[in-house]
Amino acid sequence: MKITKSYFIMALLAIGTSLQSCNSDDDQPADPNTGSEYAIVGDQSARPGVNIVFISAADHDKFNATVPSAMGTAFQPQLQARLLSLNPDYTKNFLGLDAATFSGVLATDVLSVSTTGTTTYYDGTNVLTGRKLEDDVIDFSFKLIFGGENGTSNPSLISDHVDKNDKTFLSTFPYEAAPW
Amino acid sequence: MKRKFWIGAGALLLCGGGILWASDHGDAPAVSAKPTDITDIYAFQSPENANDMVFIGNVQGLLTPAATGKATFDPNTMIEFNIDNTGDNIEDLVIQCVPTNGKMYIYGPVKPVQPGLTSKISGNAAVIAEITPYVAATPSITSKNGMKVFAGPRDDPFFFDVGQYVKFVSGEATGFNNPGTDALAGTNVMSVVLQLPKSSLNSSGSINVWLETKQKK
Repeated sequence: MKITKSYFIMALLAIGTSLQSCNSDDDQPADPNTGSEYAIVGDQSARPGVNIVFISAADHDKFNATVPSAMGTAFQPQLQARLLSLNPDYTKNFLGLDAATFSGVLATDVLSVSTTGTTTYYDGTNVLTGRKLEDDVIDFSFKLIFGGENGTSNPSLISDHVDKNDKTFLSTFPYEAAPW
Repeated sequence: MKRKFWIGAGALLLCGGGILWASDHGDAPAVSAKPTDITDIYAFQSPENANDMVFIGNVQGLLTPAATGKATFDPNTMIEFNIDNTGDNIEDLVIQCVPTNGKMYIYGPVKPVQPGLTSKISGNAAVIAEITPYVAATPSITSKNGMKVFAGPRDDPFFFDVGQYVKFVSGEATGFNNPGTDALAGTNVMSVVLQLPKSSLNSSGSINVWLETKQKK
């Protein structure tokens, strides 16, 4: 009887131990990427065209490696000079911004997005509250650069007359059209 | 408008990649025609649900149909949405998209381990999303805990007469044509589309957003 009792106790201990390991957290597979570090800078973008139009070719890589909170200080003067070389007649644009203010806005390359209302790059009323797929960002941007205080100067430059995408967008997720 | 200014500006603008100008398509020597090349970021209230926000990040622009058939997300490249909700242009939240073992792992929105150009992944993926192959008849959509994810090739949603722009900065033309020609027509991008509750953005009305790509050390 003594032997049977010790086997019984050992069996209980064995079951108890295996139950304990079943309840532990490591039966969930570990995430394969946790702890990985991505330190090689690639590209950076918010508003369409800022880097390519306004930053000198020599500085494109530097722009991509500058955090947005440091972009204003680093690039506003260069941006302002480029704006004035693109449009020597620039005084104010149709949003009322002078060259220093406009270039200051552009230099910090972030997209402002409303979380409470209409989201659009520009719809005639709302300005820079997001960016929808169908927003004509090119016309808006060129109008700001070349359109003067009324937005109607330089008529051949304030629209590229390409007003929509080559495919219709979807009204449901994922919204972008199927690939060609 | 004096043409000589155009020629000067044009020469500078053409230095980095010529006809590849368009939104951010191929903007810099280090990223042209690379898996880190960002074309565009979009952010808008979901048309399906006003309580949700949609973020779209597109990379690898100017893919022809033939090239799209071979295109993949680079496993060494993180596509990261940066979200500032305090107005200081420093990211308070990130959404990190990392292709792993044939799926797109999505982390966040989560406070970054440290803000800035170096990104680290911590914790578990919020969503492990299907990557839609080029030949699929319909897009695969993965949903979990209120987030919807698509990852795969899509028609490039950007539209612009790049060719004519290049002509007038070089002095060859004095402006745009009417109608213009969309240089991105017929091309694709690799796209990540996210839809998530606005409440997860901890915003008091407005956020600043930007897209970064970076590669593993």
